[in-house]
Parts: sequence; C-alpha cells; structure tokens
Amino acid sequence: MLDPEGNTVKRSLNLLGYEGVEDVRIGKKIYIEVDAPTPDEARKNVEEMCEKLLANPVIHDYKIELERR
Amino acid sequence: MREGEKLTKIAVIQFPGSNCDYDTHYALEEVIGCNSDIVWYKKSNIDEYDGIVVPGGFSYGDYLRAGSIAARTPMAKSIVKEIEKGKPVLGICNGFQILTELNILPGALMLNEYPRFVCKDVKLKVESNNSLFTRKFDEGEKIDLPIAHKEGNYYASESTTRKLLDSGRAALRYTDEEGRPNAEFNPNGSVGDIAAVLNRKGNVLGMMPHPERAAEEILGSSDGAKILEGMVESASKV
Repeated sequence: MLDPEGNTVKRSLNLLGYEGVEDVRIGKKIYIEVDAPTPDEARKNVEEMCEKLLANPVIHDYKIELERR
Repeated sequence: MREGEKLTKIAVIQFPGSNCDYDTHYALEEVIGCNSDIVWYKKSNIDEYDGIVVPGGFSYGDYLRAGSIAARTPMAKSIVKEIEKGKPVLGICNGFQILTELNILPGALMLNEYPRFVCKDVKLKVESNNSLFTRKFDEGEKIDLPIAHKEGNYYASESTTRKLLDSGRAALRYTDEEGRPNAEFNPNGSVGDIAAVLNRKGNVLGMMPHPERAAEEILGSSDGAKILEGMVESASKV
C-alpha cells in the first residue's frame, strides 16, 4: 500500500545516514475506552466501529488490541 | 428559458468546515444563472433541489480522514437518496473525498505523494465528454483548472483503475501541455493521473480541481463554468 508520509520519512532517515532503513510505514493509533460486559463484547464493538468509521478498507489494514482498565 | 418557467435550483451543502460554499454559490447564481441555496448540513430533506454540489473545504477539520466524518452524517444519507433518484451530484475537492468515503465513488484520496499542500493551476485532459458534467467540452480537449489540496492522491486497485480508464469514467486526467500523460505534470501522485471520477450511472462526478474557481475569464479560465453549466442544464431535466 502507498504511504507517502512513510516514504518521505524513509528518505530523510537515509539522508541522515541510516542506510539500512528499507521501509518506513506511518499509521494511526486510536485509543478507545469502552464499557462492555466481556472482552469479547468490547472487541466486537470496536470491530464494528472500524468497519463503520475508523478504517477505510480501500487503503487501511487494522489491528485491535485489548487492555483491561 | 421561457416566461414563467421555474429556474433550476441547486443545493450547495455546507458542513462545518466547508469553505468553497460561497464561491460555488456565486458561480452558480451569478455566472450560470440558476437558483442556488447554501444548505446547512442539519437540514433533513433536500428533495426540493434539482441537483447538489458538495463543495470544497475541510469538513470537520479533516479529522480522522478527509471527508470521513461528513460521510457519516444524516445529510450524507439524504445526498445518497437524491443520487438514487438520478439527480446530478458534483463533489468538488473535499466533496470528492466525501463521496469516496460514502462508497458512491470507488477508490480513496490519500495524502499527496509529496506530502504537502499544493495550490496551483493544472492542465487536464477531458477523457470523455459523454457525461452531463463534461458534455460542453470536446473529447480530448485540454482545459485549465486550479487545484488546492493536501489529500488529492487518488488511489484505487489496479483492476478498478483499469476499468475507470477504459470506460471513460476517469473523466478528467492530469496531463502535460500536449495532452499526454506525464508523471511530471501529475501534481499529487494519483494513479492513472486521475483527477475526476464518474459513478457508473454517470449522474455523480467527484473531482479534485475547483471548477468554481475558474468560472470567469477574469479568474484566468472559464473552463469550470462549462462543468457547472452542463450539470445545471441536466438538473433541470431530471
């Protein structure tokens, strides 16, 4: 997938002498606090949010990580 | 226009952060000569309008992704309803981004290849004049319109891109002076040099360039007026 921001940062790192840098990808991290009875329920909620708004399937992959408050 | 005939009425949708709404409204009323209302996004019914323009700007501050929040408002649903009735809908810049976020148009608009805001005049080739938005041009005609965006890098899968190019649905493409595709004249890295996309039915056009900013010769080009004019004339027939 194209990542113009990542490509530019990669070039900049190469210019700084980090020649071993072969790829840079820049993404977005979204922190969401949800009140849900079970972790599975929380994951299901967030999965749905990703489909409805948070990610655009044309250009994004996403991964959900859960953490108990 | 015959005596007593009703003027075509176009809605220019205003989201929080739209900023080309008044320019578009001006071009429609003062240059094209139709009726136009700037319609705040809270209005629940836009059935009274013959056509819709989703103007440029930075709706919701481009938060999350350009156009993503506006595409989830009830107004977006109303726009889709009018599209399904066959009314012409033109999305300009942020409006194009909103229409792709709505899945009305394929693909997505990403950060420019050189990741900064670009504001300049570009040369475009009319790939197909077989649409209500482009029928005032000759096929293959080169036109001048300004662009102003940071997220105008059109992306679609290889097969979708091919389909758009082969069918003429990639209505406008960035080009060099001779009308040839030329990477140097592609201002944002868009696949296939695509600057504007039609839906399958042909009543929706999304475009990154700003026709409302090139609607009078005093602005350096009046090519944009032809796009609005084509749309308004068709709108009166729906």
